[in-house]
Amino acid sequence: MNSAEIQAIYVMWLRHVKRFVRARSRLIANVIQPFFFLAFLGMGLRPINFPGLPSGLVYLDFLTPGMIAMSVIFSSMFAGLSVIWDRQFGFLKETLIAPVSRISIVIGKTLGGSTVALIQGIVILIAGMLLGARISIPGTIPALIFMLLIAFFAVGLGLSIAVTLKDPDAFSLIMNLLMMPLIFLSTAFFPLESVSDWLRTIMYLNPLTYLVDGLRGFLIGSSSIPLAVDLSVALGLCASTTVLGAYMFSRSEA
Amino acid sequence: MTRVYDGLVAVDHIDLDVEEGEIFGFLGPNGAGKTTTIKMLTTLLRPTEGEARICGYDVIRQPSQVRRVIGVVFQDPALDDRLTGWENLDFHARLYGLGKREREARIEEVLRLVDLSEWADELVENYSGGMRRRLEIARGLIHWPKVLFLDEPTLGLDVQTRRAIWEYILALNKREGVTVFLTTHYMEEADYLSHRVAIIDHGRILAVDEPRNLKDMIGGDVVIVGCSDPRPLAEELRRQSWVKGVEAHGGELSIYVDHGEKKIPEIIMVAERLGVSVDSVLLRKPTLEDVYLRFTGRRIREEAADAVEKMRNRAMRRWRR
Repeated sequence: MNSAEIQAIYVMWLRHVKRFVRARSRLIANVIQPFFFLAFLGMGLRPINFPGLPSGLVYLDFLTPGMIAMSVIFSSMFAGLSVIWDRQFGFLKETLIAPVSRISIVIGKTLGGSTVALIQGIVILIAGMLLGARISIPGTIPALIFMLLIAFFAVGLGLSIAVTLKDPDAFSLIMNLLMMPLIFLSTAFFPLESVSDWLRTIMYLNPLTYLVDGLRGFLIGSSSIPLAVDLSVALGLCASTTVLGAYMFSRSEA
Repeated sequence: MTRVYDGLVAVDHIDLDVEEGEIFGFLGPNGAGKTTTIKMLTTLLRPTEGEARICGYDVIRQPSQVRRVIGVVFQDPALDDRLTGWENLDFHARLYGLGKREREARIEEVLRLVDLSEWADELVENYSGGMRRRLEIARGLIHWPKVLFLDEPTLGLDVQTRRAIWEYILALNKREGVTVFLTTHYMEEADYLSHRVAIIDHGRILAVDEPRNLKDMIGGDVVIVGCSDPRPLAEELRRQSWVKGVEAHGGELSIYVDHGEKKIPEIIMVAERLGVSVDSVLLRKPTLEDVYLRFTGRRIREEAADAVEKMRNRAMRRWRR
């Protein structure tokens, strides 16, 4: 890869981050929902003892990794939305006629979207800690890497969906109709052990379950599924959606 | 070159050559295939059939070489509103692989060319329509393209701004030596800017020539002469081989000739020989509008109004969001 391609990756990343920093309302909007869940559910359900919740842990401890995963996933998928906006406002053409490979553009977008998602995940992590969640401090380092995998997965998914759509509203609809149920049917809100068999089967089929569970394993030292399984699923998901996103984007016409 | 969309032929076997360093105008109504042609030439769309070369590079087989030698200003604005003018240019310069020092010098240079230096650090969302267009033109030039494509460069701009953009286009063609390929449905624009014009309609090229020659095809100019004694003058003029026709209306003669500006002195000489005093002379040249009418059988203006309307509606939709 030559310096022009690296320069292109850098500038795509830079643009994404700059836009994010300038759109403060979006930052707040993206962080506020998981934060409210964390604050209200975490506080309100504190006395309830879920079956499957390891001894010594309260619901807030359990919920914090789930909300971090949720905010990373949503924020990353918005990188896809930015492609639709770029198409609507014509800016996409500017990148499509540049003499750099589409792959570099996708890599830059992925890194930009993931950086923003990671920042939002960290905001929720700190919020959780301030609310009193007991987080394993040495676990935060592998957790950050795991968050990055989640982000790559979600950016890839977002891009793949976005290149097939022209309408930003349709994208928001898909986010709400597809991603919200997937989040609720993962282990973000309640443990695998606390649900009926048929629901557990669905949760096992839901890829997000492994992402949330893995993150929880690193952050609070407790996971329902072996970490090696979570990690393998995360890597597999991340690789497949990144390749899919890159492929879809490289084929798109302005 | 041909492009078919779902069975609809947008561009139908067009064939043309653009000379290095010229401003080439692509004139036609909306939906004539101008933008489709530009998209094919700039590697954004694949031709269904045929081929095109830009500076010797094939647009289908060597898209990245083509992209390196062209600059494009699209019909719809393609700027990032949330970035400043300078940042938009910097983004572009980096995508085209310019080094740091090169980048800074060049950005300043192109900003100066379009008189936007003082606005460099302002967010583009605060720019007017004309400023955005100028910024886009500046951006198209950053990487020293050999060919600059301008798709309807003054669509939706007011008259003064349009004039100003024209001057910038002429200046950059002269100073940077860049070949300009522009599409427009404004007659005056094609006429004022282009060294040569192609008239396109329904995806086909109907005529390619210098604007002057196209207008001459219409059958010449009309020289309207006001004089003291029209009748003998009319009779004498009808005997001249270079006069195609003379009509008298009261004290005025309408004289049909080719290259009217060159015939005015001769007309006056004839008048003086007969002792007829000339009070006024008016030269009316055919416009490209007349040429267009002749080739397509209809006027372009009615459709132009629709285009502006559509643009305005779209702007409204965006604004509501």
